Amino acid sequence: MSATTLSFNHIQAAHCENGVTVSLLKNSGIGQITEPLAFGIGAGLFFVYIPLLKINNGPVIAFRSMPGLIFNRTCKALGIPVVRKKFRSKETAEAFLNECLEAGHPVGCQVGVYYLPYFPKEYRFHFNAHNLIVYGSNDGNYMVSDPVMEGTNVMTAYELERVRFAKGALAPNGQLYYPKETRTVTHEQMKKAIISGIKRNVFNMISPFMGPIAGVNGIRYTGNKIKQWRDKLGLKEAGSYLAQLVRMQEEIGTGGGGFRYIYGAFLQEAHAYVPNDELLEISNSFTASGDLWRTAAVQAAGIYKGRIGSQEDFNTMGDYLLEIAEIERKAFTALKNIKWQQTNPSR
Amino acid sequence: MKKEDVPQDLGALGKITKEVCYATDDSGKYTTQLSNGWDVKATALDTAWQNVEERIAAAKQKVLANEASPILFFMEKALMDTEILAGYTGFWQWQVKRHLKPDVFKNLSEKKLQKYAGVFNVSVTDLKTMTVNEA
Repeated sequence: MSATTLSFNHIQAAHCENGVTVSLLKNSGIGQITEPLAFGIGAGLFFVYIPLLKINNGPVIAFRSMPGLIFNRTCKALGIPVVRKKFRSKETAEAFLNECLEAGHPVGCQVGVYYLPYFPKEYRFHFNAHNLIVYGSNDGNYMVSDPVMEGTNVMTAYELERVRFAKGALAPNGQLYYPKETRTVTHEQMKKAIISGIKRNVFNMISPFMGPIAGVNGIRYTGNKIKQWRDKLGLKEAGSYLAQLVRMQEEIGTGGGGFRYIYGAFLQEAHAYVPNDELLEISNSFTASGDLWRTAAVQAAGIYKGRIGSQEDFNTMGDYLLEIAEIERKAFTALKNIKWQQTNPSR
Repeated sequence: MKKEDVPQDLGALGKITKEVCYATDDSGKYTTQLSNGWDVKATALDTAWQNVEERIAAAKQKVLANEASPILFFMEKALMDTEILAGYTGFWQWQVKRHLKPDVFKNLSEKKLQKYAGVFNVSVTDLKTMTVNEA
């Protein structure tokens, strides 16, 4: 077995797909990219509650867009061609990975966390939308940069194969992706990408086309549902549902209202490219929303710890979400109303 | 969230790696801060694990009462559902559901039992007797 280790800088990030996107893009020449910029350009902020479906015996709730979209959208917005492949056969998947490494491409892989050896056991559920980067191989082992970890890790070929071919919902099927070529992007390109990312996120969060369960409508919908959970499910299961909500909200590394704060950071960084002061004010709204998501999580914890649990407590919990929905609706409406052309009087 | 309010409650992940959090500094500017974990999050995870334990215990009772085959017990223990188990064994989901019935399980071929045993990382004998060897 040959040994290839590519020169590669491990970057720790709050969220795995942001981190993979940032690392891969930096590695292919896009020096300006940061985690908040990748998240914002990729229109990562989202909310959806899918009724009737269940995951791990609890409700299906997501606080960010579908896995894979952040990388794809960010690359597309910056005009970078992407290679993305899925595989039927494990052998082909490994052979292709080796070819990529030999050709000098660090590669993003979608994996399941259940068999991920360096993850703490407590975190190993059948969750298949995790992302990591493989940046080298040596004697049948692979060098892995997982953006939520402080350092890099080594996995055996078998271990890597097992997580690349994890089964169940969102099965990765060995999926890998990387930027096809090294490029540089101009200030102007960044600016365009930022504006289009914001527009897309506005659409996803407040457009009436998104229906009642997605975007800010989805947050409202969930808030109202929560008020019924106690009667419908019983106190114990309702508590478990809330625990699941918090786990999705606080996905590893998003540390409290997570994605809302990253979006707030994005708007501040966007200001350097699009000097419109409204962006800074709206950033504050996302900070406020993130703070309220945190308050809601504390309330939820009171319920699933069994410290509180009256209908009144569920109403308070639901009302937090209604309040959040209004904050985010206003924030996205303000973003929608920004007149982008006027922000660049020098041209 | 202010930088100094980033929670530092040591949890399962915190022992292995710190997490990056976005928070604001005194001037309101966003920056990153490492966190050891958050109690609210850790108890959410504990709650999920309690649910898992309860499901395993309930499955065990069902197997002992001859209402389900031992596959149900091992499936719950591996945090799987029939869809995931079908994925790992290569059976169809309807087949897995059938194999959860004690009468069907009794007549399963050695080859099929071996598939389940392989996924659950136990021997066929242990699979049949619901024996767990904690490594």
